Amino acid sequence: MIEILLRVIIGGIVVSAFAAIGDTLKPKSFAGLLGAAPSIALATVVLTVEEHGAQYASIEARSMILGAAAFFLYASVASRVMIRKKWPALPVSSLALLLWLGAALGLWFSFHKLMS
Amino acid sequence: MKIEINIAALKRTKWQEYLVRLLFGGAVTALAGLIAKRYGPEIGGLFLAAPAIFPAAATLLEKHEEKKARAESGRKLRAHELAGVDAAGAAMGSVGLAAFAVVVWCLLPHHPLALVLVAATLAWFAVAVAMWLARKIVWRNLRARFRKRSHHPAVVSELSGGKPSHP
Repeated sequence: MIEILLRVIIGGIVVSAFAAIGDTLKPKSFAGLLGAAPSIALATVVLTVEEHGAQYASIEARSMILGAAAFFLYASVASRVMIRKKWPALPVSSLALLLWLGAALGLWFSFHKLMS
Repeated sequence: MKIEINIAALKRTKWQEYLVRLLFGGAVTALAGLIAKRYGPEIGGLFLAAPAIFPAAATLLEKHEEKKARAESGRKLRAHELAGVDAAGAAMGSVGLAAFAVVVWCLLPHHPLALVLVAATLAWFAVAVAMWLARKIVWRNLRARFRKRSHHPAVVSELSGGKPSHP
């Protein structure tokens, strides 16, 4: 329970800090870089290493590469739909989360099939 | 367009909006930990690169831009487009996110944690900025080649990093 609470507090602070830095930057395309900052990873790696060791955190980081590839797809599609179709941000970015999840899990399964 | 830092922009965000980000960020971070615990580090690791608060941040940006556009000229579409520009930047940043993960994956088992985190964060920033610069150059060249403008000049300017072209 304490560990979850710690993650909520540290994660919330780190994620908000990156978002606040992004608010201050111009142009918006540059500020957007902060939207894909490694905030969750920075907030959790220390706790993960303390609890499970460096090898465990290293395995998590390997999977994170696939998550980042899915993020690229997510942000590219969301960007295209918002710019070209001029659809509002909330429905586009929320629905596209399903795309991220599908792509991340799809890449993970494909990676494992290739390895086995 | 040069990269600018405007600290005063922080005042535009209300405390409720900061609270939403704090809760979203905290919830996603805790969720990533719980998923890793339940399904193991291989699945849990995917969630370290989840678009944590992207929907909340994009909506917030859109709201602020809509307010600005209403005050200026009543244009609403520019706000959606600028949220899209922000997302395009996030796509570039995600390549940096992958670089961060590669550094942690390769270095963590053999080097001190603090050193690995510093190296990985620097790798994220360097790759993200390099991607942004490369995209800016490509976009500018394409613009010069086709001389076709389908978006609002401010949006084209944000995407290309150049000065807005007026009709």
